[in-house]
Amino acid sequence: MPAPREPEQYLLLPVNPWFIGFTLVLSLMLNLLPLPRDGWALAVPDWVALTLVFWNIHQPRRVGLTVAWLLGLVMDVNNASLLGEHALAYSLLSFGAITMHRRVLWFGMAGQVVHVLPLFLAAQAVIVAIRLVAGGAFPGLLYFASSLAATLLWPLVSFAYLAPQRRPVEKDENRPI
Amino acid sequence: MEYSPPPFFKQGPSALARMAAFALLSLALLVADAQYRLLERVRYGVALALYPLQLVARAPGGAVSGFAGYMARQENLLRENAAHERRGLEAARGLMRAGQLEAENANLRALLAMRERLPVVSVAAELLYDARDPFTRKVVIDKGGLAGVKPGQVVVDARGVVGQVTRAFPAMAEVSLLTDRDQAIPVQVVRNGLRAVAYGIPTGPDGGALELKFLATNADVRKGDDLVTSGLDGVFLPGLPVASVTRVERGAGFAFARIVCVPAAGIDRFGQVLVLTTEKIVAPPPPPEAEEKLPKGKRRKVTAEPAAKESAGNRAAAGAKGAPDGTVAPGR
Repeated sequence: MPAPREPEQYLLLPVNPWFIGFTLVLSLMLNLLPLPRDGWALAVPDWVALTLVFWNIHQPRRVGLTVAWLLGLVMDVNNASLLGEHALAYSLLSFGAITMHRRVLWFGMAGQVVHVLPLFLAAQAVIVAIRLVAGGAFPGLLYFASSLAATLLWPLVSFAYLAPQRRPVEKDENRPI
Repeated sequence: MEYSPPPFFKQGPSALARMAAFALLSLALLVADAQYRLLERVRYGVALALYPLQLVARAPGGAVSGFAGYMARQENLLRENAAHERRGLEAARGLMRAGQLEAENANLRALLAMRERLPVVSVAAELLYDARDPFTRKVVIDKGGLAGVKPGQVVVDARGVVGQVTRAFPAMAEVSLLTDRDQAIPVQVVRNGLRAVAYGIPTGPDGGALELKFLATNADVRKGDDLVTSGLDGVFLPGLPVASVTRVERGAGFAFARIVCVPAAGIDRFGQVLVLTTEKIVAPPPPPEAEEKLPKGKRRKVTAEPAAKESAGNRAAAGAKGAPDGTVAPGR
């Protein structure tokens, strides 16, 4: 795995699979949080989609379509929506992320953001399309605010999720972590 | 000598192949769930596995609100206390007469040989979360099959009908709110007994309201009319407050009036609800003798009511003075 986007010329430590699992469970729990249905809550990002795309781009061998599909199923049950709706959206999202994972990491943070925004939008569009076919009403363009929020959080999430891999191999007094 | 790529390149099926497989699987699930409702067991299992996670996810929020409640200002508490006392007094006025009226009602019903109304058993439940889905209006409550909650049961709060249980898991249940697109409830105008069916309007300018559909332009509905359940479907008990009419639009170009009503219950605000777990509301059709004993005028209207074949007892209980849906009420 090349690390061209690291200006400090870090070599990242190998990822801890437990940490990947932890972030996925954490994002799932964030998605399970009770929220009001409209108003500002529409702009709350889909944490699971965000985390999935992140690990799909950074660790496509470890977090692939199977994980995405299973998490989609879980989200469907939690949302009381049609079974398979989020599963399909997350599979396509994951596929998109895995397809471009080699390219995205050569860009700086701004370039990465431009890459992931269409992914999130497409995943939401898939969900809207399924609901429209199933006879639902269009929820309004504000529905897509959640994708924008997820995209804005991308730099923050990148920093947080990569932090464990940036630890120095040998600890010294100046860098205790 | 066979040459194969080094294991470094072996990645199993390509991402495209996997995506195609999962997409097909998802589509199959979608069709199976939307068309045939085959996957309730899968849903049940996943929900059961998800339950501990949900409990953990809710814990911080619960702690925060508990702390906020603990730190509530005394002024607010006093105000709430006063409001409760006032409401208690107002309720007491009705309650004092209720016992007597109930006894009188039972006597009259016995005289008329009508079915007595079933006593209502209810389960108090708390709203856990809104389903995170802007397309439907569903909420999840914290009582499920273990507490006797079953699909089809009616959910009310202190002010009126909230919705109906659509799925019951062991410790949770999904409630479709009245404002859900697929939710319909048979109602009756209190003022004149006119019957109609109220449908939810989930989105749009009237989002969060109900609409009375298929009422003729000249139907006797006015702004401010209160709607209660008619009990005709045998699912909703008769007489529960549902909504009040806020707007009636009668266009000369339309066959039906557009009637918008606001739900009586705090549908998007409630925290505590009651699930009415009455076992069997749908009554068997009464024997012919009982039918004969009804007053003549009433009975004729009753038999003209096509939707009421299966719930004669409720229909009688609801009072059969209204006209069938879509027609003008008697007395006009």
